[in-house]
Amino acid sequence: MADAAVGKDRCGEQRLVSLPLSRIRVIMKSSPEVSSINQEALVLTAKATELFVQYLATCSYRHGSGKARKALTYSDLASTAEDSETLQFLADILPKKILASKYLKMLKEKREEEEEHDGESDIGEVLA
Amino acid sequence: MAERPEDLNLPNAVITRIIKEALPDGVNISKEARSAISRAASVFVLYATSCANNFAMKGKRKTLNASDVLSAMEEMEFQRFVTPLKEALEAYRREQKGKKEASEQKKKDKDKKTDSEEQDKSREEDDEDEERLEEEEQNEEEEVDN
Repeated sequence: MADAAVGKDRCGEQRLVSLPLSRIRVIMKSSPEVSSINQEALVLTAKATELFVQYLATCSYRHGSGKARKALTYSDLASTAEDSETLQFLADILPKKILASKYLKMLKEKREEEEEHDGESDIGEVLA
Repeated sequence: MAERPEDLNLPNAVITRIIKEALPDGVNISKEARSAISRAASVFVLYATSCANNFAMKGKRKTLNASDVLSAMEEMEFQRFVTPLKEALEAYRREQKGKKEASEQKKKDKDKKTDSEEQDKSREEDDEDEERLEEEEQNEEEEVDN
C-alpha cells in the first residue's frame, strides 16, 4: 500500500501507514527495557504490524479448507498459529477451543497417568 | 506503568480495513477472528520491540532505530517483510527531506520578500516564522521518548 499522507493530524503523523503511531508507541513503551524509540523505528514498526495483519489474515484463510470459503473464523487462526513455525509466538494467545467435556476428560486421563507413574523411577518417567 | 488494557489495543476500524483489503472480496471475518487478529498484532509489536531492543543493546545504543527493527524482522523469520519495509523507509526519508527543503525554501523566499518591505514590520514577521519553522523542525527530528 503506497499510503501517502492522507490528512495528517496536528503532529504530522499518519504518513505511509494507517495504524496510529501514537498507539504503536504506547505498546512499544510498555516493554520494560526500552528507553527511547527513534521516529523511523516507530514508522517501520507500524508498517511491519500492518504487513503482519495482512500475512496472518491471508495465511489463516488459506490454511482453512482451501476451497472457496465465505468466512475467516477464529478456529482458522488458532489452527494456523499451532501449525506454523513462524507464528508459534501466537500459540498461547490463540489457543484452540475444545468442548469443556473433552477438556475435563483430558485432565482426568492426565491425572490417572501421573498416578501410575508414582511407582516408577525417575528415568522411567523421562523415557516415557 | 499504568496502561489500561484498551490502550494496548489497536483501533478496530483500521485492523478490519487491513484484513478486508488482504482477503478476497466477499469474505467475511467473524468478530472473534477480528478481535484475535488485533490481539495478535499487539503481541507482534511487543515481540518485535523486544527483539529490536536486543539489537540496539548489542550496539550499545539506548535508542531503537530503523536497522534494529529490520534486524528484528529477520530474527523473527519475517524476512518477507524486509523489502517492503526498506521501500517504506526510503519513501519516508524522501518525504522528510522534501518537507525540510520546503520549509527552508519558504524561509529563503520570506527573506527575499522582506528586503523590499519596511524594516520594523518585516523583522516581526521573520521572528514569528522562525519560531514556527524551528518548532516544525524540532517536531520532526525529535526522538520519541518520554
